[in-house]
Amino acid sequence: MPALLDISFSVKQGEFITLVGHSGAGKTTLLRLLLAEEAPSTGSVFYESKDIHAIKRSHLHTYRRKLGAVFQDYRLLPHKNAFENIAFAMEASGRTDEEIQANVPEVLGLVGLRDKMWSFPDELSGGERQRVAIARAIINQPEVIIADEPTGNLDPINTYDIIEILKKINAAGTTVFLTTHNKGVVDSIKRRVLTMDKGKIVRDDAEGKYSL
Amino acid sequence: MFTTKLRRIIRWGMINFWRSGTVSLSSVLVLTITLFVIGSLVLSSALLHSALEQIKSKVDVNVYFKIDAPEAAILNVQKYLASLPEVQSIDYVSREKALAAFKERHVGDTAVMNALDEIGDNPLGASLNIKAKDPSQYEGIAKILQPDASLTTAASPVDTSIIYRVNYYKNKVVIERLNKIITSTRQLGFAVSILLATIAVLVTYNTIRLTIYIAKEEIAVMKLVGASNNYVRGPFMFEGVIYGALASVLVMALLFAISLWLGGVTENFFSGMNLYLYFKQNALQIFVIILATGTVLGSFSSYLAVRRYLSV
Repeated sequence: MPALLDISFSVKQGEFITLVGHSGAGKTTLLRLLLAEEAPSTGSVFYESKDIHAIKRSHLHTYRRKLGAVFQDYRLLPHKNAFENIAFAMEASGRTDEEIQANVPEVLGLVGLRDKMWSFPDELSGGERQRVAIARAIINQPEVIIADEPTGNLDPINTYDIIEILKKINAAGTTVFLTTHNKGVVDSIKRRVLTMDKGKIVRDDAEGKYSL
Repeated sequence: MFTTKLRRIIRWGMINFWRSGTVSLSSVLVLTITLFVIGSLVLSSALLHSALEQIKSKVDVNVYFKIDAPEAAILNVQKYLASLPEVQSIDYVSREKALAAFKERHVGDTAVMNALDEIGDNPLGASLNIKAKDPSQYEGIAKILQPDASLTTAASPVDTSIIYRVNYYKNKVVIERLNKIITSTRQLGFAVSILLATIAVLVTYNTIRLTIYIAKEEIAVMKLVGASNNYVRGPFMFEGVIYGALASVLVMALLFAISLWLGGVTENFFSGMNLYLYFKQNALQIFVIILATGTVLGSFSSYLAVRRYLSV
């Protein structure tokens, strides 16, 4: 049985899309397709006019530099501190040392973690780790942020903070693609909502609410 | 751009090495064992080589001439033999020298001395001691000096009528057996070396594979934040180079200590081959071999191990 079936939708630049659905509805699989972590058995995913699953694996990193990804389990590099985690994403895309020294403290300030710059992930709380992950995702000014249940492990206050940061990023022109289980989060955003069930998109509302 | 990348890769390699602490230490130790095996193989093959050379140098063929053979004819034979490519050295023992050596051997043995006096004349013939470059060549040399009449009708290039005896045929069995022993010892040594080296390399590869298995998730994350394959792989490969470099320094210290300890023993046993002196003379060469093996092994193992997790 396929994880996704008959999925077809398009996203405009600057949109804030929330993807909702029960566990196992296929939300994460859909995001993995967008990140090219997985390839579809049939069908294609286009970014601008490019079929991203036709890109050779060894060239994928150039596409991924246009995206910023945030995950429920943070996925920080455990042996690198907050500064280095963010700096790594900049180094990987070939930015200069001067840019790194200037931009990393700035983005950490943006997510409110300037004083935790030299802390390692296991010295940070869940909310702090997720903010580092978001800082890493936006450091290269990506065109799209893909956030897979970024608030899944967080308490209400941290959840609120994270969503506010995502809204700010979106207001600056970045497209945001968010999945969540949290009814309060969905209802507070008041933007486009895609609802998934059993591998299909069952609703697509321009200003949706959580309705399952 | 390229130098920035290289500098960052080297920096991350060193930081990762330092932060991985015990994992790095155990990798260095495993690589140390591997390189120690390889270093010991180098040293023991040198020992084996010198032992075999010594045995080989003890073998020669002696040509005894008739008592009345004129010296000029003997020197002719020597000159001809010296022109052969397979001959390493020829030692001419004249009748007088043979007698002097005989007297010296039996000094104090009155019975022999009396018998010698009784004869009055020198009863010993001159001889040539021939050393070949390889023990397998003695047969050919002996054939020139004492052609087998039943096999060849061609005349010998030297005057064989003055030759009294060639002792090759007496020693033939021993020389042939020695030849076989030398050849098979060489082959056995080579096979054992290959086997041990293979095992050591596999153990190293598996250790490094395990250390990189731990970093599997990290590799996936690096790829997702847009790092190219080379940029992910680089620091791991440089860590492998650090493993190899540190391990080869440790191995040199170990080999130094062992050769110092065994130096005297080997000198007695192999007479003339002092392991410590050999090590001291060839230390740089051995270090280069071990260092090259270690760094290539470390970085190439990392390369192979990371490759499995790059397909994200």
